[in-house]
Amino acid sequence: MIDSGGVLCVFLEEAAMSYHSFLLEPISCHAWNKDRTQIALCPNNHEVHIYKKDGNNWSKIHVLKEHNGQVTGIDWAPESNRIVTCGTDRNAYVWTLKGDAWKPTLVILRINRAARCVKWSPKENKFAVGSGSRLISVCYFEKDNDWWVCKHIKKPIRSTILCLDWHPNNVLLAAGSCDFKCRIFSAYIKEVEEKPAPTAWGSKMPFGEVMFESTGTAGWVHGVCFSDSGNRVAWASHDSTVAVAEGGKTAVCASLTSETLPLLCVTFITENSLVAAGHDCYPVLFVYDSNKAALSFGGKLDVPKQSAQKGMTARERFQNLDKKATTDSKEAVLESVHKNSISQISILNGGKAQCAKFCTTGMDGGMTIWDVKTLESAMKDLKIV
Amino acid sequence: MSKNTVSDRFRKVDVDEYDENKFVDEEDGGENQLGPDEAEVDSLIRSYPFRNLMGALQAVLKNPPINAKNQNVKDRAEGLVLKVLSSFKASDIEKAVQSLDKTGVDLLMKYIYKGFEKPSDNSSAILLQWHEKALSAGGVGSIVRVLTARKTV
Repeated sequence: MIDSGGVLCVFLEEAAMSYHSFLLEPISCHAWNKDRTQIALCPNNHEVHIYKKDGNNWSKIHVLKEHNGQVTGIDWAPESNRIVTCGTDRNAYVWTLKGDAWKPTLVILRINRAARCVKWSPKENKFAVGSGSRLISVCYFEKDNDWWVCKHIKKPIRSTILCLDWHPNNVLLAAGSCDFKCRIFSAYIKEVEEKPAPTAWGSKMPFGEVMFESTGTAGWVHGVCFSDSGNRVAWASHDSTVAVAEGGKTAVCASLTSETLPLLCVTFITENSLVAAGHDCYPVLFVYDSNKAALSFGGKLDVPKQSAQKGMTARERFQNLDKKATTDSKEAVLESVHKNSISQISILNGGKAQCAKFCTTGMDGGMTIWDVKTLESAMKDLKIV
Repeated sequence: MSKNTVSDRFRKVDVDEYDENKFVDEEDGGENQLGPDEAEVDSLIRSYPFRNLMGALQAVLKNPPINAKNQNVKDRAEGLVLKVLSSFKASDIEKAVQSLDKTGVDLLMKYIYKGFEKPSDNSSAILLQWHEKALSAGGVGSIVRVLTARKTV
């Protein structure tokens, strides 16, 4: 289209979602760099591959080989540009970019089971590792010895820690565990920081203190997330429920049972809206109303392609009845973008307060980038508050 | 062949019992859970002239013996639920399921699967009809909750 000034204007159609298939195997975990031009992911083996965005394609620029077991968690610190990885070999490595190559530094976690998840703290001076040893290792750098040291949070954890998320104050840590509980711990390390100010979850925060423990949901807690302010925490558990707790004198919990398969990952996209995804292979929106302390289903976030409805012949109908005891013409083909469970969700732009784009990776080896504004306009009845 | 002269009693020891890190569920008070009231449910099934089956369904889903330690209480409750479910006509099942709320549907699903465990004459056929209607009301999520429940009816 040419306007009166003779300048060619091109309208870029913003896609609601763009899918890229990296592998034929599951993507175990992923992390983005600060400007979202590079993604580090584990292709279901002992390595970490870093891909760089190249127009519409992705090219592999680095391969990080050091782990002796599957890499279960990757986190990329945006400011200090360091990557931390953890794996089933019970180790964690901090990688720093020296020139053109990533150099690893071993961190002794003192665990005797696999590490399952790792997260940098907001100030990037600590990171926490959840493991099957029924404890959380909080690691910080000791300048005198030029070495990463770790402290353990053990009580009252009774099973594997599956997921972690840090509170914006750099001290509180939410952990979801296989003992069916979501807890908020204090991970205050006096060697690297000042005493924290009081929060909605409490004011006394010695290391290892339990500030909040969930009740009411059964099932392993697969995903946990603090809201942008840190006053709310959401978790998804294996009994197909999602719950939000709001800190205060007494924590207020709201949970929602869903009719779908369990959700594996959850994140806040605004202070009141959550996006979660899991074994049903599509992301779902939930809305939290703090006045009623209630969580409600906001809508399915996958725009399916309009599949041509072909008419069924009488023979096909009879065959269906004979084979499947139903005359339904629904084929056993997933209409969603991801063809297998979504295992991780990450925010790309806008932070947890006003997320504009988020990314999902799954067991189908694919990565999808979802645009929130376009999704909102594409689906009627979808309101992100 | 060599004769086994060494004792093999060690093979009968349950090592998990001696594991000091063994996960033990929290004990919730189960003494007050007696299961649904038999008399109330019976009267609702038999009430004349119109059998109040919807009321019977609501009544039988009250007081589920989830934490009860006595197995008899649980068996009695299951038997009662089965009795109510069998009294429904096939065409009324859908309406009955619609009248339940979310927790009711989850509880119904728990009783249905409990009933599958010990099949009797015609119970499985009736339970399958109820299962189909409960599934369309509660979705696969309700089945997932039956599988993940640590304490069930």
